[in-house]
Amino acid sequence: MLEMSNISKIYQMGDESLYALQDVSLRVAEGEFVAIIGPSGSGKSTLMNLIGCLDVPSTGTYKLDGKDVSDLSGDQQAVIRNEKIGFIFQNFNLLTKLTALENVELPLLYRNTSSDERRRRALDALKQVGLSDRAGHKPMELSGGQQQRVAIARALAGDPPILLADEPIGNLDSTSGKEVTDLMHSLHRQGHTIILITHNQEQANEASRKVSLYDGRIISDQKVCHESDADTQAASASAPDGKRVSQ
Amino acid sequence: MNLLQALKMGLSGIAANKMRSVLTMLGIIIGVAAVIILVSLTTGATQSITDRISSMGSNLLMVNVFGRGNIGSLTEAEMNDWREREDIAYLAPIINGNQEVKAGTETISANIVGTVDDYLLMNSLTLSAGRSLADMDILGRTHVAVIGSEIADTLYEGEDPLDKILKVSGVNFKVVGLLESSGSSMTGSNDTRVLIPYTTVQRLLQNARISQVTIGVAEAEQVPAVKSYLESELLSKYGSSDYFNIFDQTELLSTLAETTALMALLVGGIAGISLLVGGIGIMNIMLVSVTERTREIGIRKAIGAKKRHILSQFLVESVVLSCTGGLIGIAAGIGITRLVGMLVTDLNGLVSPSVVAIAFGFSAAIGIIFGVYPANKASSLNPIDALRYQ
Ligand SMILES: Nc1ncnc2c1ncn2[C@@H]1O[C@H](COP(=O)(O)OP(=O)(O)OP(=O)(O)O)[C@@H](O)[C@H]1O
Ligand SMILES: [Mg+2]
Repeated sequence: MLEMSNISKIYQMGDESLYALQDVSLRVAEGEFVAIIGPSGSGKSTLMNLIGCLDVPSTGTYKLDGKDVSDLSGDQQAVIRNEKIGFIFQNFNLLTKLTALENVELPLLYRNTSSDERRRRALDALKQVGLSDRAGHKPMELSGGQQQRVAIARALAGDPPILLADEPIGNLDSTSGKEVTDLMHSLHRQGHTIILITHNQEQANEASRKVSLYDGRIISDQKVCHESDADTQAASASAPDGKRVSQ
Repeated sequence: MNLLQALKMGLSGIAANKMRSVLTMLGIIIGVAAVIILVSLTTGATQSITDRISSMGSNLLMVNVFGRGNIGSLTEAEMNDWREREDIAYLAPIINGNQEVKAGTETISANIVGTVDDYLLMNSLTLSAGRSLADMDILGRTHVAVIGSEIADTLYEGEDPLDKILKVSGVNFKVVGLLESSGSSMTGSNDTRVLIPYTTVQRLLQNARISQVTIGVAEAEQVPAVKSYLESELLSKYGSSDYFNIFDQTELLSTLAETTALMALLVGGIAGISLLVGGIGIMNIMLVSVTERTREIGIRKAIGAKKRHILSQFLVESVVLSCTGGLIGIAAGIGITRLVGMLVTDLNGLVSPSVVAIAFGFSAAIGIIFGVYPANKASSLNPIDALRYQ
C-alpha cells in the first residue's frame, strides 16, 4: 500500500548538502502498525512529512496505493493528504476557535461532502474516540488527552487508509498517554494502518513492527512479537537488507 | 467547499476579532460616507440652482452693459425701441442695491430693486395683496413699493402692511403690494426684496445708470434671433463686445452644469482618497491576520485544503469587511445627508443611486484588490513551514 524506494531528502545549507534522509526504502502493507523510532535529528519527522505528502523527496520514488506520488504539485498533494492520510500531531494542531465537532468536520469540508453527511461522519468519528458528549466544546475546554482524541477523530473522519502519528503522546502525561495509545491499538485492531513516530522504546515495542532511524538511514527494521496478537506479524514485508548499517 | 462555506469561514474570521474588524471597517465607512455626503450635497445644490433658473422660464435674456467713456448705459429710447419689437414680450430694467429699510422702529436689510411690472412676471413672482408697479408709477416717479413677505413680517408684525409707510434710506415710500413668499433665487432671497419704480431710483440717486435689463422673449425659438439683434445693436453702439454681455438661460445653465460637475468630481475624488486609505488599512490588517494565523493555515493545508480554499477564505474575509463597511458607509452617508438637509435650509442633498452604486462598487473592489495580496500570501505558504510556525 505504501512503497518508498531509495528515498533521500537533501537540504541545501549554503554550499553544504545536508542529508536529512539518505537512501531510505520502506514498504508498509495494509493493516500494519509500524513504529518509527530514532534519536532526535535522525530524520523521523522528515520521513513523516514525506509519507504524509507534505513534502516531496529529493530523489527516489514513493508509491501510495500503487500511484507514484513522488513529484506532485501542491494542490495534488493536498488531495492525497485529504483522502489518504490522517495526521495526528504531537501538539494536536486543533483549530482553537472551532468546536471539537467543527475540527473533526474539517477534512470533509475540503471535499464535496454535504453538510448533513459531514456532520454525521464527524459525530461517528467522535463517538469512536469516546467524545460524543464533547462535540460542542472548544479545544481550550478539553484536557490534553481529550484534545488528542479529537485530533484522532479528525484524522479518522475522512476515512483515510493510513493514520500517521508524530509523537502523539509526547505532550501528554502518562494517564492521557495510555488513553491515546490504547485508542490507537484499538483502531489498529479494527483494521487501520498506523505509522507511529516515537522516541519511546516501550511504545515502539507495542507496535507490530519497529523501524529504527539513525542519521537519516534505516538501521533496523524488525517485526515485534506479541503473545497476544500473533496475526499481525505476518503482514510486514520490509525492504532494508542489513539489520544494521555501519555509520 | 462551496461559496457558502467560504463565506461562513470568512465571517467567523471577522467575528473572532470584532474590535479590530470594526476599526478596519471604519476607514471604508468614513470613505464611503464622505463620498456620498459630499457628492450628494454638491449635486443637490446644483439641482436647486438649476431648478430656480429653469423656473424663471427658458426665454429670458440678461443684458449687462458696462458703458464706455461718454457713451453711457442704456437709454429710455433704446429700451422703448426694443419693447416695440414683436418678439420681445417683456422688458425690465433693473437697478439694484442693498439698503436698510425701516418702518416705525423696526429695521431690516433689504434688496432694493428699481424696476417695472414685467420684472414680477419674468421672475415668477405673484402678489398676495395690493397691486404691482403701474405705468403711472414709472412715469410719475411715485414713491410706492411692492415688498417681499419677510420684509412685511419683520417690519409690520401681523399688521396689514398695505398703505403703510416704508423708509428707504430716509425717503418715505408707500407700500402698495405684497409679494407671495417664494424662497430664494439665483440673485438672492425674493422675500427680502423691495420693488420700486426704477425711475424713482434714478431721481433719488441722481444719474443712476441702467446697466442691467432682463428681456422676456415671446417664443423660446426666437431667443437666438433676439439675442443676435441685441448684440448687433449694442455692438454698433459701443464698437466692441467688451462693453456688454448678453446671457441666455441655456448658456447660464450649461456654464453652471460644467462648474458643478467639476466640483462634484473634485470633492468625490478627495473623498475617494479616504476610501483608498481605508483599503490600505484592510490590506494591513489582513497581512497581520495572515501572519497570526500561519499555523491555522498550516493545519488546514495538512488536512487537505487546496490553494484556492485558503485563498477564498481570506479573500472572502476582506471582501466582507469592505462590503459591510461600504453598506454601513452608505447608510451613514444617506443619513448624514438627510440630517444636513434638515438642519441647513437651502442645502438639500440629492443622493443619486449611481453615486451609491459607485461608492459600493468601489468599496467591494477595494476589498478584492487589497485582499488579493494577503490572501495569495496565505495560500502560498508551505504547509510544513506553516505548521512549524510558532
Ligand atoms: N527545513 C529544513 N532545513 C534544513 N534542515 C532541516 C530542515 N528540516 C529538517 N532539517 C534537518 O534534518 C534533520 C532531520 O530532522 P527531523 O526533524 O526529521 O528530525 P527528527 O528525527 O524528527 O527529530 P526530533 O525527534 O527532534 O523531532 C535534522 O538534522 C534537521 O536539522
Ligand atoms: Mg520530529
